[in-house]
Amino acid sequence: MRAGDYVYITGTIYTARDAAHKRMYEAMAEKEALPLDLNGNIIYYMGPSPARDGRPIGSAGPTTSSRMDKYTPAFLDRGLKGMIGKGKRSEEVRDAIVSNGAVYFAAVGGAGALLSRSIKHSKVIAYDDLGTEAIRELQVKNFPVIVVIDAEGNDLYETVIKEFSM
Amino acid sequence: MRTIKVSEIADNIKEMCIEANHFLSKDMQEALHKSAAEEKAPLGKQILCQLRENLQIAGEEMIPICQDTGMTVIFMEIGQDVHFDGGVLEEAVQEGVRLGYRDGFLRKSVVKDPLIRENTRDNTPAVVHYEIVTGDKVKITVAPKGFGSENMSRVFMLKPSDGREGVKAAVLTAVKEAGPNACPPMVIGVGIGGTFEKCALMAKKALTRPVDAGSDIPHIKELEEELLAEINKTGIGPGGLGGSTTAFAVNINTYPTHIAGLPVAVNICCHVNRHTVRVI
Repeated sequence: MRAGDYVYITGTIYTARDAAHKRMYEAMAEKEALPLDLNGNIIYYMGPSPARDGRPIGSAGPTTSSRMDKYTPAFLDRGLKGMIGKGKRSEEVRDAIVSNGAVYFAAVGGAGALLSRSIKHSKVIAYDDLGTEAIRELQVKNFPVIVVIDAEGNDLYETVIKEFSM
Repeated sequence: MRTIKVSEIADNIKEMCIEANHFLSKDMQEALHKSAAEEKAPLGKQILCQLRENLQIAGEEMIPICQDTGMTVIFMEIGQDVHFDGGVLEEAVQEGVRLGYRDGFLRKSVVKDPLIRENTRDNTPAVVHYEIVTGDKVKITVAPKGFGSENMSRVFMLKPSDGREGVKAAVLTAVKEAGPNACPPMVIGVGIGGTFEKCALMAKKALTRPVDAGSDIPHIKELEEELLAEINKTGIGPGGLGGSTTAFAVNINTYPTHIAGLPVAVNICCHVNRHTVRVI
């Protein structure tokens, strides 16, 4: 996958945002077990709105990724393969993406109603007390994302500025 | 003197929270449709078409436009001939928000203490701004504000000698730093003048102005147009993925200021620029 590629994800992904990242990071520092196996998995930075009856989830678009930057290199070193969010990442995150052969995807921010259609099942698997920030296991089908930072460290946000600024 | 029951205020605010999170104002919808037709960058155009579809799904299926249903900002313009009856006004306002976020399946995104960070689980308290005006009516504006863009907002205490060019540089700095984080296409609310807090409040209120009507002050309208053109040349584009639709509008509000100062606030909003207005 290269920066700029349009990709559809099908399978199991996990949600975690600010509070869940902090808690997992602290658990790793204390050498405690994590509620999910990071190895080979994808984390979606997302906290949904509540689901109406009969629906798997409410509105479900990405949150700003940079707030997770402090914790991300440690997660990547533990085997995390992909992240879905929106917005710029730090140099430390980019370096960790390259050294671990991972990938950073963007989903369209503010398109939570549309994106919810690609989420078929949702189940809270940890940190239920965090409400919308709990860790959820999602089954997704053709979930649309764009590769922003690839395993070679190319960053789409930077290349488009060069391409489209007038 | 006109008497209004505070329960009527609560009922309206409840409905307005739900309405604002599922439907955008007509001018915002038109700006989105127009840009989707005009954007030349292929990926940028695709993003705008997805945002248009998202808006349609939100309204038809009652799924919030964005999962970040915001911290609720409310402007209350209260006529000085109004008397409130049946309870405490502030409590009624907060009750309206509480019920709207519960019954509307809206996300609860507010933490009680900014450092301890425990969720209040009902999205209260809202941030409420009261203003006393003439007349016997109450104008309520409910504007839920997402924090992807709120976090990229800035206040600049410029020097008078920085002038018009300094103001332009400040706005462009904030927009470029925001980039993809603020979910472009953005709406840029700017407050110029007043004091530190006055310019920030003006910037917030400027976001509730229509995106298709400029300032009433000719030289400010000119500044808005110049800034919008320059912002749309940055290349940031829809979703920050490239293109010429980086902002829908720059709305500037001004106020007299001190001989020694030129305060400028830039409140950035994403393309889900929500606000709904009722006059009671």
